[in-house]
Amino acid sequence: MKALILVGGYGTRLRPLTLSIPKPLVEFGNKPMLLHQLEALVDAGVKQIVLAVSYRAEQMEQQLKHVEEELGCKITISLESEPLGTAGPLALAREILSQDDEPFFVLNSDIICDFPFKDMIKFHKHHGKEGTIVVTKVDEPSKYGVVVYQPENGQIEKFVEKPLEYVSNKINAGMYIFTPSMLKRIQLRPTSIEKETFPEMAGDGNLFAMELQGFWMDVGQPKDFLTGMCLYLTSLKHRQPQTMHTGAGIVGNVLIDPSAKIGSNCRIGPNVTIGPGVVIEDGVCIKRCTVLRGAHIKSHSWLESCIIGWSCVVGNWVRMENVSVLGEDVIVKDELYINGGRILPHKSIGESVPDPQIIM
Amino acid sequence: MLKAIILIGGPMKGTRFRPLSLELPKPLFPVAGFPVIYHHIEACSKLSDLREIILIGFYQPNDALNKFISQSQVEFQVQIRYLQEYSGLGTAGGLYHFRDQIMTGGPEMFFVMNADVCGDFPLQDMLDSHRALPSSAICTVLATEATRQQSLTYGCIVENKDTHEILHYVEKPETFVSTTINCGIYLFTPEIFQPLEVAFKKNLEENYSFDYQVPSKEVIRLEQDVFLPMAATATLFVFHTSQFWSQIKSAGAAIYANRHYLAIYKRTHPERLTLNSEGKPKITGDVFIHPSAQVHPTAVLGPNVTIGRNVTVGEGVRVRESIILEGATLQDHCCILHSIIGWHSTVGFWTRVEGTPNDPNPNKPFAKLEIPSMFTEDGRLNPSITVIGSSVQVPSEVIILNSIVLPHKDLSGCYKNQIIL
Repeated sequence: MKALILVGGYGTRLRPLTLSIPKPLVEFGNKPMLLHQLEALVDAGVKQIVLAVSYRAEQMEQQLKHVEEELGCKITISLESEPLGTAGPLALAREILSQDDEPFFVLNSDIICDFPFKDMIKFHKHHGKEGTIVVTKVDEPSKYGVVVYQPENGQIEKFVEKPLEYVSNKINAGMYIFTPSMLKRIQLRPTSIEKETFPEMAGDGNLFAMELQGFWMDVGQPKDFLTGMCLYLTSLKHRQPQTMHTGAGIVGNVLIDPSAKIGSNCRIGPNVTIGPGVVIEDGVCIKRCTVLRGAHIKSHSWLESCIIGWSCVVGNWVRMENVSVLGEDVIVKDELYINGGRILPHKSIGESVPDPQIIM
Repeated sequence: MLKAIILIGGPMKGTRFRPLSLELPKPLFPVAGFPVIYHHIEACSKLSDLREIILIGFYQPNDALNKFISQSQVEFQVQIRYLQEYSGLGTAGGLYHFRDQIMTGGPEMFFVMNADVCGDFPLQDMLDSHRALPSSAICTVLATEATRQQSLTYGCIVENKDTHEILHYVEKPETFVSTTINCGIYLFTPEIFQPLEVAFKKNLEENYSFDYQVPSKEVIRLEQDVFLPMAATATLFVFHTSQFWSQIKSAGAAIYANRHYLAIYKRTHPERLTLNSEGKPKITGDVFIHPSAQVHPTAVLGPNVTIGRNVTVGEGVRVRESIILEGATLQDHCCILHSIIGWHSTVGFWTRVEGTPNDPNPNKPFAKLEIPSMFTEDGRLNPSITVIGSSVQVPSEVIILNSIVLPHKDLSGCYKNQIIL
């Protein structure tokens, strides 16, 4: 089977992290975001994966070379010379996707969940039509595009973008499975799959909705990245409890790479991910944070709801909170207060950021 | 023989020092480990002929004041008395009212010192200088330099540069008069009681109305009512100092004074400053730690920190530019910057208590401490030293930034730029 992942472009919402590496390679739960999806796809029988990319293709190719061998699949980069929207990339990869009659997956690269790929195959083959969209229940559906479908069989009637009155609480979860014949509907030009292709397919009864069980999150921006991390860790605790870290000073769900060093009298967690080579000195309190590879947090600091970028150094007695994000190689001097700061890579911070701000 | 009089004011005065002055009279607030007026008394005690120190004010008798007086008498081996005004009589009213007590024993001269100023007072130099003045001299006023703009908030002195006679005196002028300002420290000869009597009687004539609905004001102010007429009569003289001097009207000023008094200890009381040593907390700059305080060896203190009696400082605590008052507890890993932590308060684990200093402009020579108004023009609290009142519980893992917390409060979250009642 085949899959197309819509990687897209600059990943601007996840800056400053995406100034250093392409978004699919940012580590989520100590594993590049893309790898979560690739592993699940391969596990469901996918052998060939196309990444639809419009930016930094070479850097992606580099990183993904050894992934092909490890996972035993083929990865192709499909480079858009001009942005093709969310449907156009399918037309660009038409040759690979229509190599045979087997259905193919299309995924949004920002999605984290308990990937239901095996269930999607079953569901899709059962109704036998052209397309299946996975939908998920959310608290605030009016922020997204809502899907209206028949509850008995899942046949989609229509889509409503950001409804003004309550229509339904199910939204498009960004995961699809299609029969190759639907590729006829898409031309090689900037096309929105949600606005153009789907309504057409729904109109002639060819689009079905499958409800997602379990958690779902679009982790394309820091606030959601952290919320998604909490949901992911809860799920991981159920599925693979042995991967969770336990011990003195560990509270709740905490994932720590074996090569990280944690000092004494720390309090780590709940909902913390600590990457390889990270050093946490004595007396540090970290809650609801992701600390990326090689970062160094000095003693007695207190961090809550932050993303600490690769190789950063956070000084002694620093307080960081409110979705502060440090880009790669940022130095935060001792005794500062960072509240909702977004700090660009290679910056040295010598003064507190008491109100949310971007520091360039 | 000499005497010294310290004008300590009363509870109506010093309201800008709240909430710290709600519990303790401002003159007794500890700066660099000792009450404000302790430093005044210590300076006086160095004068060889000093026989008596008189505190004049209108505080009701209270334990703290009594205890302070008896302890200081023993320490400095000098008689100290508190004479309580029946109501606030102004900076000169108390002097005139207690003139007989002041003149008991026939002092040659006496100092009068305001309790709301602090500094490295050159009292002996003032004495020597006054003794060299013409015999008409009744008063020497200690003065220092300020910037043109800041001088408008003080008493301004115009002098004869050669004789140092004061030619003109204006208190808080609206337009620029002089950069030489009054420090609130004076040296008088007994002849001062004549102009005081004149001012007192003039005030009575003008203001004593026998109207029970409108109480008479018996306030005589030294600056406006006495110095003004004395200027240019060859009786009032000025003595310049460039040593440390500051008013101490707000909590920010207490932190500033704390820093300067600690610096002076290097010269006068090096034994009061804590040094680095094995198994002890790490010390940077000038730090005073009361011998009864318990400080964990992993704490890092300074510069410019005072740790009071029976304070507990936990593991990995950082304190900088702050005063920690008696009985307070700082729990592990907390960080205290530019703040005053009140008596018996507790700061929780990993909590950050931070204020903003109002230091003098470093680019202007003679710049004095800024006294910004409490609120900005759009009604927001001006960033200032954070003050945690007495017996306050600050929970763990929060931030208290640029805020003022009144006594006996249990905080429940983070506070920034607020006054918490």
